[in-house]
Amino acid sequence: MVAVNSEIVPAKSLAWAKRSENLRRNWYKFSRNRLSIIGLSAVLLVTFLAVFAPLVAPYPEHASAFVDFANASRSPCREYPFGTDVVGRDIMSRIFFGFRFSLTMGVVVLALVVPPGVILGLMAGYYQGRWMDTVIMRTTDIFLAVPPLVLALAICSVLTPNLFNAMLAVSLMWWPWYCRLVYGLASTLRNEFFVASAETMGASRFHLLFREILPNCISPIFTKMSLDMGWVILIGSSLSFVGLGVQPPRPGLGTMVADGYKYLPDQWWIAVFPALAIVLVVLGFNLLGDGLRDMLAAEEV
Amino acid sequence: MTFITFLGRRAVHSVFVLLGLSILIFIIARIMPGDPARMAVGARAPQWVVDNLREQMHLTEPLHVQYYYWLRDALRGDFGISLVTRRPVADDIKEFFPATLELALLAGLINGAGGIILGTVSAWQRDKWVDNVVRVISYLGVVTPSFIFAVLFLLVFGMALEWMPTMGRLSHEIARPSTVTGLLTIDSLLAGDFRAFLDALRHLILPAVALGLGGMSQEARITRSTMADNLNKDYIAAERALGIPESVIMRSFLLKPSLIPTVSILALDFAATIGNAFLVELIFNWPGISRYGINAMLRKDLNAISAVILILGVVFILANIAVDIVVARLDPRIQLGAGRSE
Repeated sequence: MVAVNSEIVPAKSLAWAKRSENLRRNWYKFSRNRLSIIGLSAVLLVTFLAVFAPLVAPYPEHASAFVDFANASRSPCREYPFGTDVVGRDIMSRIFFGFRFSLTMGVVVLALVVPPGVILGLMAGYYQGRWMDTVIMRTTDIFLAVPPLVLALAICSVLTPNLFNAMLAVSLMWWPWYCRLVYGLASTLRNEFFVASAETMGASRFHLLFREILPNCISPIFTKMSLDMGWVILIGSSLSFVGLGVQPPRPGLGTMVADGYKYLPDQWWIAVFPALAIVLVVLGFNLLGDGLRDMLAAEEV
Repeated sequence: MTFITFLGRRAVHSVFVLLGLSILIFIIARIMPGDPARMAVGARAPQWVVDNLREQMHLTEPLHVQYYYWLRDALRGDFGISLVTRRPVADDIKEFFPATLELALLAGLINGAGGIILGTVSAWQRDKWVDNVVRVISYLGVVTPSFIFAVLFLLVFGMALEWMPTMGRLSHEIARPSTVTGLLTIDSLLAGDFRAFLDALRHLILPAVALGLGGMSQEARITRSTMADNLNKDYIAAERALGIPESVIMRSFLLKPSLIPTVSILALDFAATIGNAFLVELIFNWPGISRYGINAMLRKDLNAISAVILILGVVFILANIAVDIVVARLDPRIQLGAGRSE
């Protein structure tokens, strides 16, 4: 008994050492590219500002219906670094709160989209050439036959416009991309030796799909998720821009651009700063995703 | 597999995709709360009018029968009456479609030609300052939504510098050339009206660039990376060793194989272009099918929404087939239909 234990402990710590060594090596690979570091910093900054918005925003109460006509339409100055909008709300505070909606949108949509997309893709890839493959992949063809933004707009338009329905609409449009990605990976992996040997040993379907094939798809899925955070946020801001996403007085970034662009060119700051904020978020997630792709060698994405 | 069989197979596949799409659209249209008959006649019409209309619109039948009638009418080109314009949706689409086509074609041209040129220059001048500038610009181009480009262009070129008009397709004082193709730039050239041509082009430039920049950046990035990969291949080294000038290698041996991924991604970019047109047309008040569509969406005009999505689906599928044909022409390894790997 004692002998067994004394053998396990070093093995465990060895595994830990190996894992931390891996982590160190991956971090080295990731951090060698300065752009990946910039992306990571942007994402961390935006996440920090979003989570602690009530604490770091100079005027947290400006994030909702608030009116201060004495300070309306002020250009950027020391009290209001990004200026104020036509009813006197601080643009910077509203942008910080706007990040909250953007990140929520990205996280919720991916959480709704990735599991079904991945599972369907695994099944279609594994049962290649059978009816399951045909049904699943032809269904994705239908969803991919229309630009995602168009169908998301259409779904949003028949539902009550709000953030929740916008997330629902984008999710309905987004799963086929994961299905496609995993389908491609799974249909090559299923012919690999290790899958065939597990099959011969009588492993269950569940084991084959989720313990043999899925772990080998993780890097591309992960990379795609990081890139997609950016794209989902972009689509979300487009929906908000036409009034089918976050509803005023809540500060969606797209909503703020839409409100502000009526006051171009004189009060340019009302539209331009939220627009730059959207670019910052999308850019951050893209740089991060590219860094992850290089680090994990996931060229399929 | 011959070209004809390839086209036939793609056509059959497309028909099934479109059927599926029509079911999807029908479902979306039926999720909407509210009675379509009531919405068509307005809130003040008496109940018997609504009941009659429900009967006429087959709303009393079961869903699959409703779908059958809807599809039958759609195939005949009858999408019903638009609640917004009070005209047949088909007429609206005929009127608005050419404007979007003109915009999308120019955006596609900027996207394809600009992307290939920038990407080639970038690969050619690898790691020099030109390359770095192109890479930074194309990265920013990829991550910036086109509605933001549209707003910025409106601000800078339309309002601050006043170089370009910001609204519509043609200035008021210029007579509209007689309609042949519906594309104002081409119609005005056909009519020999050069002033109208210039005016139409000036209206077209800002929205087209706003729409095309994202795709152009994407194309530039892909062209650059494929070219950079191909530059390291053995056959290029062999050609260099033979003393073939670098410019000839670039033009004659490198460009064509490097364009395959660029062209393949064009179809995806086209989808993005159509989607983004919904916002850009709204911002520039461009009287196209996308602005029509988004107004229909904002007012829950179901007939118009269904028709617009269905038409865009058809356009997108046609574009995909066109791209497949071009890719097959570029890549002799692909035999149409047979060796195409999904």
